[in-house]
Amino acid sequence: MPLIEVKTVVGGYGGAPILNGVDIAIEQSDIGVIVGPNGAGKSTALKAIFGLLKVTSGSVVFDGREITNSLPDKLVPMGLSFVPQEKNVFVSMTVEENLEMGAFVRRDDFSDTLEEVYGMFPVLKEKRRQPAGELSGGQRQMVAMGRALMSRPRLLMLDEPSAGLSPRYVLEIFEKIVSVNKAGVGILMVEQNARQALAFATRGFVLAQGQNRFTGSGAELLADPDVAKSFLGG
Amino acid sequence: MSAVSRAGLLYLGLVVFIVAVGFWQGTANISLLLLQASAFALVALGLNIQFGYGGLFNFGIMGFLMIGGFAVTFISYPLNLKFWDSDGPLLLLRALIAFAAGFALVWGARHADRIGVKGGWKIALTVLCWFVAYVVYRSQIDPAAEYIEKTAGFVGGLGLHPVLGWVFGGVLAAGVAWIVGRVSLGLRTDYLAIATIGISEIIRALIKNMDWLTRGTLTVSPIPWPVPGPQDYQASGSDNITSFIYARLGYLAATLVVVAAVMFLVQRAYHGPWGRMMRAIRDNHIAANSMGKNVTRRQLEIFILGSVLMGVGGAILVSILQIFDPGSYQPINQTFLIWVMVIVGGAGNNWGALLGAIVIYLVWVLSAPLSQALFYFISDWSTRVGWGAIPEIDSRAPQMRVFVLGVVIVLALRYAPKGLIPEVVRRDR
Amino acid sequence: MDQLIFFINKVLISGTVLGSIYALGAIGVTLIFGILRFAHFAHGDMMTLGAFVAFLLALAFYHYGITFPIPTGFVVLPIAMAITAAVALGIDRTIYAPLRRRGAKPVTLLIASIGATLMMQGLIRLFFGTGQYSFFDYGENKSIIRLDMSWLGGSRPITFTEPQLIMIVVTAILIVALNYFLTRTRLGKAMRAMADNADLAQVSGINTQLVVRVTWIIAGALACAAGTMLSLDVSLKPDLAFNIVLPIFAAAIVGGLGQAYGAIAGGFLLGFAETLAVFNWATLLRPLQGVLPNWIVIPPDLSLVPTEYKLTVAFIILIMTLLWRPTGIFKGAST
Repeated sequence: MPLIEVKTVVGGYGGAPILNGVDIAIEQSDIGVIVGPNGAGKSTALKAIFGLLKVTSGSVVFDGREITNSLPDKLVPMGLSFVPQEKNVFVSMTVEENLEMGAFVRRDDFSDTLEEVYGMFPVLKEKRRQPAGELSGGQRQMVAMGRALMSRPRLLMLDEPSAGLSPRYVLEIFEKIVSVNKAGVGILMVEQNARQALAFATRGFVLAQGQNRFTGSGAELLADPDVAKSFLGG
Repeated sequence: MSAVSRAGLLYLGLVVFIVAVGFWQGTANISLLLLQASAFALVALGLNIQFGYGGLFNFGIMGFLMIGGFAVTFISYPLNLKFWDSDGPLLLLRALIAFAAGFALVWGARHADRIGVKGGWKIALTVLCWFVAYVVYRSQIDPAAEYIEKTAGFVGGLGLHPVLGWVFGGVLAAGVAWIVGRVSLGLRTDYLAIATIGISEIIRALIKNMDWLTRGTLTVSPIPWPVPGPQDYQASGSDNITSFIYARLGYLAATLVVVAAVMFLVQRAYHGPWGRMMRAIRDNHIAANSMGKNVTRRQLEIFILGSVLMGVGGAILVSILQIFDPGSYQPINQTFLIWVMVIVGGAGNNWGALLGAIVIYLVWVLSAPLSQALFYFISDWSTRVGWGAIPEIDSRAPQMRVFVLGVVIVLALRYAPKGLIPEVVRRDR
Repeated sequence: MDQLIFFINKVLISGTVLGSIYALGAIGVTLIFGILRFAHFAHGDMMTLGAFVAFLLALAFYHYGITFPIPTGFVVLPIAMAITAAVALGIDRTIYAPLRRRGAKPVTLLIASIGATLMMQGLIRLFFGTGQYSFFDYGENKSIIRLDMSWLGGSRPITFTEPQLIMIVVTAILIVALNYFLTRTRLGKAMRAMADNADLAQVSGINTQLVVRVTWIIAGALACAAGTMLSLDVSLKPDLAFNIVLPIFAAAIVGGLGQAYGAIAGGFLLGFAETLAVFNWATLLRPLQGVLPNWIVIPPDLSLVPTEYKLTVAFIILIMTLLWRPTGIFKGAST
């Protein structure tokens, strides 16, 4: 049974639908990457899973449970986590407080998870008393990822984690994503750096105009000449 | 049902309502109520221009009404010869010179960078100049005020026709609106609301306490009636009630002419290119800005235009009451009441604002006797049951209408957020 | 020395008292703005309402002849704060929450809060008329504390009333408690998170409905404390509210809307500014008369602003802040 299954979802922000029947399915061991041109509905697909916009038809099933149009305060305790593309840290709060907010839904002791996150991003431990707003773009992205991991999710969704980062950080963030996946967290992410991301993706989804165009493993999509020509810039 | 026929029905209902109230309250009373309602209609149209067209939050309506009221008092009240025969004018002239000197000083300090004073020094110099100017002005105006209050009471009026006072009310309100607009437009909406409340409170404090100019809480009366008054009709043989009816209806005719003219002009403006641009700015600030429209300047125009109507309306109201009492102005009666009129009537629609003004004004006034009757009824009942009567009904019952006004706002926002006659949104491109 | 004592009595004490009240009120305004993004105009009436709740409770105690070593108004304060907090929650439920669910803009909520203001004001006046009340009309005395200063060469004592002293202590306790809540507790941090970035707070799984409720509870309780203490210091009037809501908004904006600490700073800043503006400096300068040449005569009244304009000081500071630094001294919300 797949960890998350999006079945022919149609939805949008109230006006004309942006998603016109999207299908996505990944296992907990997968790194799923959604690629596609601007305006294809990639980010919208993630937001639809996370209850941030109205799904008008189709369904979203997480671990066998129907979660269509459920709100985040229900989804996070179930094991979903989401890192938005922009404004993804609490700028006025310290790094540690940011991470604590990720654990808001947990009522147990989360100090071990905190240490795990610090172990993964040592720079955050160094700066844990600093306001997140004072960090660099790459470090903020780490705070955002760390925050999302604090609830110990089974599925981590990231919206363009590499946007606006320097190449050095892009690589670092991708490495972290892979190691999070190795630790047993399913990954579903939207990426502009399509070639780079598909290289480590186990599942790839090419969206255009709110619909699936191609689906396959990352390697298959990279090898497909049609995908390469239309969506990966030749 | 089309928008026009809906509006027509509502206005028909209004006429029936007015006639019914007329039978209940008598012709003399209803004509006075309508007269005041027509002045409030002018003010509501002013707010509709500011809020409905421009999305501007003016919570300082009271201040503009007071300015209008002061203007008509100053223009139409008879000359105070005691003042003109004293040294008062001379002292005031000196205060005026001190004011001008202070103004020049501050102006100079603000341009001190031209002579090489920059940064922190310029700020320090500006603050110092403000302080000096303030002290110099106070040193002249304080003794002048004291002298005038002692020898002549206050400066009195100019003894001109009240209609000139209305015009002056508009002009003065425009001047103040220009200053207020320069200071607070461009702020985000809720800051603007608070800033305008603050400014209207400053205006109230000034008018209330500048006894030498406005007589403050001592009030000025009687302020002349712009058309033949009851006395004139009585002189030509009418009985008391008839004379009041004639005088009030005569005045009502005058205000209706003003309201009709204003209505015609603002309707034309609304449907013209100017109104279209205003709505574009209201609905999408950023887009309008990027299209090269000078947003703040347009907003200033709107703000001044609306404030002029408020100033004129405030002047007309004082002429009706024939008394200028700065102590009687309250944000509830003069600011929030107008907001309720526009929101209930339909922000953005002039016909809606007009309807809202008349309906809400009548409801506001009539709910006092109604709640009093209700209270006496409950009191009777509670006495009979043995719980005793409600004490101080006459002072408490009028407070009921404040509560009713609040309920009306809340219900309107919840169930009819666009008002009785909503704005007609046309897709004209 | 006497001049210094005079200054302490006239400025330091009344400035602190006024500042405490402004600060407690402004915290509520700023928290509501931070969480719900609208200017809550009904806050002044919430203060008045809270004060009347405390007054009624105190009346009950007076009625049964129960007395305490401190003014009863302070003893009943915790109960009154709880009741006012409940009322605040009720107001949110019935008036604001339905509008929020509809997705109404913050300005609509602002207008709705004026409706709430009028409703509360109307009800309060309906029940209490328009007269003045005092907690000290029922047998209790406002005891005055005089600190003898003769050991420092002063001929006059430093004077303040017992309520003023307790009021300052209570304010300090409330501010420390609030600080603890905001920086040390899960919900307090969630509140700051939501004020910082509401969308991200939602995405993190923070129960935003709960945070909204907590906000109303804190704002209502603090409003009650501020209103009660103001009426313990001066008197209780149904139209207490309108005179106070504007300086409180000024304090919140000067401190930076959405910033709890800014609101405290802004409150005290305005409290002192108002007191200093009407302070008669002539009394401080008079001893210098002997040193000054004869042609300089210190006038009897040397206050910066006549007393009747005291309230305008707050607005002038507000307007200057809006002109020069619209985000306030603590960098509040600007969008």
